[in-house]
Amino acid sequence: MTPDPDLIHASPETAITEGEYVRGTSLWRDAWRRLLKNKLAVFGLVVVTLITLSSLIGPTVIKRATGYTPDYIPTSDTRLIRSFPPFTGPDGQFSWTHPMGTDNAGRDQLARVLQGGQISLFVGIISTLVSLLIGVSYGAIAGYVGGRVDNIMMRVVDVLYSLPYVIVVIVLLSMFRSQTARGQLILLFIALGSVSWLTMARIVRGQVLSLKNQEFVMAAKATGVSTPRIIFRHLVPNTLGPVIVYATLTVPQIMLTEAFLSFLGFGVQAPLASWGSLASDGIQNIAIFPWQLIFPGVTMALTLFSLNFLGDGLRDALDPQMRTT
Amino acid sequence: MLRFILRRLLVTIPTILVVITITWGLIKLAPGNFYSGEKRLPPAIEKAIRDKYGLDRPWYEQYGKMLWSIVRHGDFGTSLKYEGQSVNGIIRRSLPVSAAVGILAYLLALIVGITAGSIAALKQNSRWDYGSMTLAMLGISLPNFVLGPILVLIFSLSLYWLPPSRWGGFPSRNLILPVITLSAIYMAYIARLARAGMLEVLRSDYIRTARAKGLSEKDVVIKHALRGGLMPVISYTGPALAFLLTGTVVVERIFALPGLGNYFIQASLNRDEPLLIGIVAFIAITLLLMNLLVDIAYAYLDPRVRY
Repeated sequence: MTPDPDLIHASPETAITEGEYVRGTSLWRDAWRRLLKNKLAVFGLVVVTLITLSSLIGPTVIKRATGYTPDYIPTSDTRLIRSFPPFTGPDGQFSWTHPMGTDNAGRDQLARVLQGGQISLFVGIISTLVSLLIGVSYGAIAGYVGGRVDNIMMRVVDVLYSLPYVIVVIVLLSMFRSQTARGQLILLFIALGSVSWLTMARIVRGQVLSLKNQEFVMAAKATGVSTPRIIFRHLVPNTLGPVIVYATLTVPQIMLTEAFLSFLGFGVQAPLASWGSLASDGIQNIAIFPWQLIFPGVTMALTLFSLNFLGDGLRDALDPQMRTT
Repeated sequence: MLRFILRRLLVTIPTILVVITITWGLIKLAPGNFYSGEKRLPPAIEKAIRDKYGLDRPWYEQYGKMLWSIVRHGDFGTSLKYEGQSVNGIIRRSLPVSAAVGILAYLLALIVGITAGSIAALKQNSRWDYGSMTLAMLGISLPNFVLGPILVLIFSLSLYWLPPSRWGGFPSRNLILPVITLSAIYMAYIARLARAGMLEVLRSDYIRTARAKGLSEKDVVIKHALRGGLMPVISYTGPALAFLLTGTVVVERIFALPGLGNYFIQASLNRDEPLLIGIVAFIAITLLLMNLLVDIAYAYLDPRVRY
């Protein structure tokens, strides 16, 4: 690799003679610059931002532009087949109204895909936060306390690792199927979050183990800082780099699991829709209305693709030693 | 080694018990019952059903009875939905379907993944490298329930080359699409792992030595580098099997295959308690035994690993 010109700082003499303050490069600033150099990661960042923004404001914009909301069913149209291909109006002519076509009931597919994106991203982010909360606390406590406690806590993680957890999640979701869409969503957060914290706990524990014998921890102990405070104020912030990287890679994983569960009918319930449940609806009509599956499916694949590239890029940027290229 | 295997087997048994207990507990704790539907049953019939399945007995008695029958006789009971069919019989009948799809998919993923990953590592930063790694990322990001229908759309509904669904025995053309759909994601993971592993090994001293003593590049790669470079791929086999099992659930539904995964979904929708517990326990046992086999294989392949 060629030396980074930005990393070569101004010589101290010029700094002194000009009386300027030379700003050091922080870890984050450095990582950000490395990230921007990675074309695929920047592509990922841009696409993720675009998809997030359009999911957030898209449905409102569509409503303003065409009058279609995600659940608006044109009841005036009494024909049996109301699913039109992309860019086609009810009369079979070219039209801008439905760029992604319509679903069986005649609802605008674009509005539905964007609203599905809201749910998919929301589930991905919230469940990742749940798994962060559990994983970081669990790993930090196990790592810092150490000894027998650590041994037992990590054994539990080992046992949970070897369980076919998706199978258990399906049993959980199908047995406690909630009557309301919101209830099912909360159940989904708990189910997804509570199974995806294991790797996070291992990563944080490893970090804490290597940090806990350093001077700053000893200094904190010597000045009488309480154990919980040492763990959460002194150790956890220092594990942030790997935690952020892993969290970025957890989001697409959870979104994929959510889609998988919704596809099987155990996830998000109507009237809410996610990319997984839209694809599940679409697959029924794959032979005649392929766009009903292709649009939610491809949008989702593009999002996961970008999130994965972004996560990989972040890992390379925050932890240059991990780099394999 | 023997001690290691024994110790692992000893951990396996409680784990399986935990899985059975969690599944049983979830079914029992959930509101409603398997016979409760839209209409309320006449009290006499409801009572007859409750008596027949011992539902009015205390929970520990029901739990003990279920566990005893499994531990003592390896018998998971009779399905509630598929009347008169034993759970063991259903598993025995559906296992070959899942196993055929799963094993073929894993073999395909190994062959394609290792080849693509090794080529990418050997020609690092070339067009081959970027191309195969972008494709691998696509494979990781494309959900199998999107890939499967798209393949059906192209190869069955447009080109009429392959049957779109149903089980056609083994071997048959019906298997091609499900196997490709299932293997895509593992192919991608294996290619990435193989690339990373090979890159690390190719830089190591013993490869330099092998080159220095004048071995042909082919021998260096096949005899020396692959063995070390594929360790990450082997250790991925365990998680891959877990994924494979959940993947078959989707693939069997897309292609209407009468495998374990399809029965599992039916059982959870129907609240078919014995069938559900039977399949979950069976999956857990398979998974744990496979993981044990992987660990043993690992110890044989990497002389540095000792238990």
